[in-house]
Amino acid sequence: MIDQLIFSAEVFLNGLMTGVMYALVALGFVLIYKASGVFNYAQGVMALFAALTLVGIQQGQVPFVHLINAIFGTHVENFGWNVPSVLAIILTAGVMVLLAILIEKLVLQHLVGQEPIILFMATIGLAYFLEGFGDVMWGADIKTLDVGLPQGISDTVEAVTAEWVGYGFFIDRLDIWASIIAAILVAALVAFSQYTKQGRAMRAVADDHQAALSVGISLRFIWVMVWSIAGFVALVAGIMWGTKSGVQFSLSLIALKALPVLMLGGFTSIPGAIVGGLIIGVGEKLFEFWIGPLVGGATENWFAYVLALLFLVFRPQGLFGERIIERV
Amino acid sequence: MLYREAGDFKTGYRADGQTFPIRLDRWGYYILLAVAVLVVPFLINDYWANAVFVPFLIYAIAALGLNILTGYAGQVSLGTGGFMAVGAYAVYKLMTAFPDISIVIHILLAGGITAIVGMLFGLPSLRIKGFYLAVATLAAQFFLVWLFNKVPWFYNYSASGQITAPTRTVLGHAVTGPATSAPAKYLICLAFVLVLAWVARNLTRGTSGRKWMAIRDMDIAAEIIGVNPLTAKLSAFAASSFFVGIAGALLFSVYLGAAEVGEAFGINKSFLVLFMIIIGGLGSIFGSFAGAAFMVLLPVLLKNLLVGQLGWPTDLAAHIELMIVGALIVLFLIVEPHGLARLWALTKEKLRLWPFPH
Amino acid sequence: MTKLRFAALVAAGLMAAAPALADLVVPNLSYRTGPYGANGTQYADGFNDYFTLLNERDGGIGGEKIQVPECETAYNTEKGVECYESTKGSGALIYNPLSTGITYQLIPKVSVDKIPLYTPGYGRTSAKNGKVFEWVFNAPANYWDGASVAIKYLLDENGGDLNGKKIALVYHNSAFGKEPIRTLQDLSAKHGFTLTEIPVDAPGQEQKSQWLQIRRDKPDYVIMYGWGVMNQAAIQEAANIRFPMENFIGIWWSGSEVDVTPVGAGANGYKALTFHGVGMDYPVYDDLKTHVIDAGKASQDGQHVGSVLYSRGLYAALVISEAIRKAQEIAGTSAINASQLRDGFEQLDITPERLAELGLPDFGPEIKMSCDNHGGSGMARMQQWDAEAGQWNLITEFTEPDQEILNPLILEDSEAYGAEAGITPRDC
Repeated sequence: MIDQLIFSAEVFLNGLMTGVMYALVALGFVLIYKASGVFNYAQGVMALFAALTLVGIQQGQVPFVHLINAIFGTHVENFGWNVPSVLAIILTAGVMVLLAILIEKLVLQHLVGQEPIILFMATIGLAYFLEGFGDVMWGADIKTLDVGLPQGISDTVEAVTAEWVGYGFFIDRLDIWASIIAAILVAALVAFSQYTKQGRAMRAVADDHQAALSVGISLRFIWVMVWSIAGFVALVAGIMWGTKSGVQFSLSLIALKALPVLMLGGFTSIPGAIVGGLIIGVGEKLFEFWIGPLVGGATENWFAYVLALLFLVFRPQGLFGERIIERV
Repeated sequence: MLYREAGDFKTGYRADGQTFPIRLDRWGYYILLAVAVLVVPFLINDYWANAVFVPFLIYAIAALGLNILTGYAGQVSLGTGGFMAVGAYAVYKLMTAFPDISIVIHILLAGGITAIVGMLFGLPSLRIKGFYLAVATLAAQFFLVWLFNKVPWFYNYSASGQITAPTRTVLGHAVTGPATSAPAKYLICLAFVLVLAWVARNLTRGTSGRKWMAIRDMDIAAEIIGVNPLTAKLSAFAASSFFVGIAGALLFSVYLGAAEVGEAFGINKSFLVLFMIIIGGLGSIFGSFAGAAFMVLLPVLLKNLLVGQLGWPTDLAAHIELMIVGALIVLFLIVEPHGLARLWALTKEKLRLWPFPH
Repeated sequence: MTKLRFAALVAAGLMAAAPALADLVVPNLSYRTGPYGANGTQYADGFNDYFTLLNERDGGIGGEKIQVPECETAYNTEKGVECYESTKGSGALIYNPLSTGITYQLIPKVSVDKIPLYTPGYGRTSAKNGKVFEWVFNAPANYWDGASVAIKYLLDENGGDLNGKKIALVYHNSAFGKEPIRTLQDLSAKHGFTLTEIPVDAPGQEQKSQWLQIRRDKPDYVIMYGWGVMNQAAIQEAANIRFPMENFIGIWWSGSEVDVTPVGAGANGYKALTFHGVGMDYPVYDDLKTHVIDAGKASQDGQHVGSVLYSRGLYAALVISEAIRKAQEIAGTSAINASQLRDGFEQLDITPERLAELGLPDFGPEIKMSCDNHGGSGMARMQQWDAEAGQWNLITEFTEPDQEILNPLILEDSEAYGAEAGITPRDC
């Protein structure tokens, strides 16, 4: 019995950590939804694209190398240099800003005022496009992403817990780093939106497009900015998940892990994304630990959604979402 | 002249409410039907059946189903893949348990079973709306796929969990199983499509359809004018799932012949069908067909064009195909957010006035 | 007019381009995109390159050039069906779709169309029984062979006794991953080890629960049946919990470079099964270099030459080409058709001498097929990853699986299929 309790505690802690990883992905969704009412399905693919670009820049890959070789019959392979991680991250962030500008110019601008589902579909189209584009640009191989983040069991945690509870807990050092980075990211986002002019403008737009326009806030600038920030968040998520299991197509599927988090936390709340992530992470891990063996395991994929659904039945707008007010 | 209402004098409500008010449309429809029933079966070969016609017809049924739910009743669902899986597994269990009963009955029953499951998962729609509901239906998607993967009873305890459709016949011709001829596959799907499209058309223009649309446009207002949201929403889920279930049953038994739930009925199916109705046009029967045709034909077309005609390497072609599909979707939404059906309607409007627009 | 032209273009686009009928056509249903694209692309390259080599060096097989039209399936069953139908008309001799899902789809179809299906190391295991599955071949080894060889290897390591040992099976929660369960259950009853089954849902990037469980239960060995991102994630998590890598054994689909390199040094010592050799220390690579790679004819510029999955694709092409040769011999004509190729497969005998002659000494096990045995001997060997050198090393010879356990299982499953599909087993 006491064993079960200790194990549960370990599972709980790891659930929290996993939750942070989910929340990192969910954060990007929330930012965009809040500012532009777009449910951006492409967030997962953006994380993939960012990670691909990062690795590509780091390792000096020639973009579109396969296409170039196929068309011109050349045998270009590599620039043959290695870019330091920090510089590569900055350059990738620049690429994400460029992407945001392009998305605003080519897609969003033409879809102003459309119904939410149309915008949602447009982002799925965008996801398809980026997926193909990323592959053409950087190739479909599995890439190793290494920006110097540590991985593996944390000895300190293991030693401390072994002393205190008699069983060394497993905590991944990467997860600890992810939590720290997530905390910094959220703090920075909150500070940005509370204390800067652009941040206030962003909140104004989130509150009411029309009113924001009427006081002279440029919607287009805000949208580019929000998509850029979301692109940066995607980069961070891409780095974390890419370090975990290599940069490859499946990275884009983490979006599916973020959806229940969003649902539970509410589409419009940044704290909601974090708390939702934690609840989902802990919930699915504990369920897998307690109930999983009874029903054959591999429950995590659906249980996250069912858990979120249960919360929704009681709070249809998510835990921290804005109350939905309907007028007839 | 050619495309005119002049001369079509209506003398009753029935005539006023007919589906094809213009004579030329009506003829076009009859000719299309005649070609589909009398000409195509004699020309069709395995490639055309399996790569183009059968998937188109089956997805048209699924799109009709989802359009009832999303287009007419306004409830966005991403659970289509899961509901198709229910249809597929239901028909598999029925086929193997009662081999002597006609497959047609099994397929209809599979639709019925899916309708019940759909209603069950439709219950949260009474509380949850919009994107929250869309994401909530993903719970159905993932749970159902997991269930069929996990419980051996559903796949008759086979070693790998794959289900394979045995041979069943209709009027002496095999319609499922490996020995099915291309025309038989095509005709059985066509028969279902024709009947179901007729049902869908009449459902949506009748009382139930009007209730659904009232709920879609504003559920509180609808409630005030006397539409019961409980029955309206659940009946939409039931009708929609019935269609989707039949599509799933046909997809497994007639088209694929064997299926593995996670692969054949995964989340991608849900998105694909949703694409169809949005590209085709929400709340339109014609749109369901147009969208299904678009999404089935476009990849085949692009692939043959890029690989077959231009001779590109397949991987490059596949990546660029993804890019083109994505870009086209965005383009379509920008040009005409209401889909191909709306585009078609606009063309018809123009045609009516041609050559003397105001 | 424009409409008409557009319609003509659409119709033309929908018609698959048919290659010239004179050659031998071996379609390559590959996947270079989608979740498993990174794996599929290497396999497809090896498959293409071997046939290119035969064409360039020997002028084809028996004087007949071989055409390898490629069709992208993206590991998707519906696209697989489309590819099958579009290439079938061009006189395809054989199919090798590299996907268990597509294989299941094609098994009934090829039986009717009378085209052989060759699924080395994947597909439906019980297709080994040629009495029921007339058109399907899965030599040299199948999933159940793999499970049995892994256990045999562990038996050897433990002096022939696995009593009281704990073995965990981490598997891809799909048709492929579930294959070995029944075999392992029977083997656990025979050898007295306890088996824990741990499913991982696709895609499987997040496996914390599973590996926490392994860390708690402390199994002596972990066997993995994984594919795609699941492999990298699992090996990473194993390294994270400091599971001893030499006690971690993957099936051959979890044992390529792409699975271990993202983990870096942590993956050192990880073992995987294989049914063919690895590396480029084979004479055939000299020919490949002269005739294919340096001539600029290599698939994708030869960037994956020598990798595990490349070798596997090459090996599949080799077995097919040998079967074609055999079929030409039996039929007495070089322009064979699909059913003649089946006869060639059923009488295929690839001896070690023949392999050496082909420039691949000791590359694969001896394959001897017959009318009732479509699966060969089922032999496989173990390889181990050396992270520092960045290469796989073969650590055992080819080992035979425990046929005593496997044969009844294969008979049972194939007969169940036969009964359900209404096939009367033929006499052999």
